[in-house]
Amino acid sequence: MTLIRSLRRLLAATALSAVALSAAHAEDLTIGFSQIGSESGWRAAETKVSKIEADKRGIDLKIADAQQKQENQIKAIRSFIAQGVDAIFLAPVVATGWDAVLAEAKEAEIPVVLLDRTIDTPDESLYLTAVTSDTVYEGKVAGEWLAEKTAGKCAIVELQGTVGSSPAINRKKGFDEAIAVHAEMKIIRTQSGDFTRAKGKEVMESFLKAENGGKNICAVYAHNDDMMIGAIQAIKEAGLKPGSDILTISIDAVPDIFKAMADGEANATVELTPNMAGPALDAIIAYKKDGTVPPKWIQTESRLYLPDTAAAEYDARKDLY
Amino acid sequence: MTRHLKAAAPQLAALFLVLLANWIVFPEFFHIRVQDGRLYGSLVDVFNRGAPVALLAIGMTLVIATRGIDLSVGAVMAIAGATAATLVNDGHGAMTAIAAALAVGLLCGLWNGILVALLDIQPIIATLILMVAGRGIAQLITEGQIVTFVDPALIFMGSGAIAGIPMPVILAFLALCVTLFLYRRTALGLLTEAIGINRRASAYAGVNARAVLLVAYAWCGLTASLAGIIAAADIKGADANNAGLWLELDAILAVVIGGTSLFGGRFRLVLSFVGALIIQAMNTGILLSGFKPEFNLIVKAFVILVLLLMQSGASGALLDRLALIRSRPRLAPEGKEVS
Repeated sequence: MTLIRSLRRLLAATALSAVALSAAHAEDLTIGFSQIGSESGWRAAETKVSKIEADKRGIDLKIADAQQKQENQIKAIRSFIAQGVDAIFLAPVVATGWDAVLAEAKEAEIPVVLLDRTIDTPDESLYLTAVTSDTVYEGKVAGEWLAEKTAGKCAIVELQGTVGSSPAINRKKGFDEAIAVHAEMKIIRTQSGDFTRAKGKEVMESFLKAENGGKNICAVYAHNDDMMIGAIQAIKEAGLKPGSDILTISIDAVPDIFKAMADGEANATVELTPNMAGPALDAIIAYKKDGTVPPKWIQTESRLYLPDTAAAEYDARKDLY
Repeated sequence: MTRHLKAAAPQLAALFLVLLANWIVFPEFFHIRVQDGRLYGSLVDVFNRGAPVALLAIGMTLVIATRGIDLSVGAVMAIAGATAATLVNDGHGAMTAIAAALAVGLLCGLWNGILVALLDIQPIIATLILMVAGRGIAQLITEGQIVTFVDPALIFMGSGAIAGIPMPVILAFLALCVTLFLYRRTALGLLTEAIGINRRASAYAGVNARAVLLVAYAWCGLTASLAGIIAAADIKGADANNAGLWLELDAILAVVIGGTSLFGGRFRLVLSFVGALIIQAMNTGILLSGFKPEFNLIVKAFVILVLLLMQSGASGALLDRLALIRSRPRLAPEGKEVS
């Protein structure tokens, strides 16, 4: 076992000569990762990608699954502190109630990096940095793509996420900002599809009926890909062609939307990358090596994907999710 | 027949009013056309989208009639959908997958039945176990992903149609007819009502209460699994995290709107079915209305409150009292009675 492991490290070191220097240095790093759970395909992908990214850098990543419970996360962090890990990654299940346990980590001089979500605390020195995506920006990228595609003229229906959830609020805000500068781009209907395929389909069915059998609709914007996949089915069942009769733009970049894009049934998606650990690991390696303090917020890239790369992206992603 | 109609008056009136409201907010509500050999229109959506909850309500009515409750139906939907999708992706035929999913639902129902009937655990706790654990089981089956499938026969269960009528509607009506036959053409319905009113007394009278309870919970599991198959087939994928989530509450609401008492005893299958349609008509209406999504739940809660007040005996009595008070003041001020 150890032989295979050292062989793998050797292989990694020779293959990736650029990373080899830091890998050789980071080899003895042990990092504890308190993950929320595996409630969605994206979360499971984040866990898998974290392992891959840590392996790439020769870091020993210990992952603790908290099954959506804060008390489990606190227990995991305490046990990481007791084990004397070099750093702790935390994907916090809720925003509050972390001050005490993070103060313990600070006392033990173990840096903490927040992944994917942030926390509410009066003392920002409790964590080194937070790696998250900017959900407002994701909405903005989506809106700007649509404005360009339709030359600033489009009647849009919107499938919102769960009412009151922060991604739903922010993705709406960013999109609204992007289309506000175009007088002829309007959201004619907006409803919540609860981030699910079934609700996305049901809501789209009624949008199509309410808007003259879908003839009034130029594009549909969904706060996540799953709702869009439901909406695409509704559009097809109404006898229209998604992707051409009605344009689609959604967010997340899950594998199934790439399949739809490859089939010509979807137009674009904005990625919420599951690779939060990669930038976090790089930040920790730099911090440990020469004490470089990273910025308080590391924003992940929100890339726009179009049908031309869809087939390849689907193949690359289907095993992660 | 007229007696039945009279008893059903509040529910039918409610359904009529909700449909009327939908027609007012969306004048094309009753327009129906044929699209790809399938009826297409908002009214069709009400039936089609209402079918899963209607199926749940059928089973739930029987369980509630025994003075029980089944909180696990949403989780059973998820398990059944996950089973069907996984099997069909493993290369089994659609028929095998559907049969297996139904069998799993039946087993889930029997499990609940055993906890309630044989081990005497309170129904709300007994079925809470499967409500919580069931979604976990479904996630284990799907390995936490949305399992998509392309098998045309399985997809037909959700989006196919026979003679233009969507398959979910046909299946829900079929389930209603079979259940009506089973419970109203045999003594089973009477025995169910008997143990719902007084289990001990009916046991002394010779009713095998345990068997009747087992049948009710098993049937509830079976209808829930059929709803789960439809829900999965509709989106061509089994979504273990969301399929049937909170639908147990809609099913209980449908039964209550249908006029079956949560204290067991007399039950009304057809009206539970109508109750499910009322709930869905309301949902569809809200979606068509163009209200902001923040108002969805408020509108829904308000309509349900009005519906339940319409049915409540106490509010009827209160209205009578108010009418009386209003007609009395002519006599009251003097404090004298004309006698």
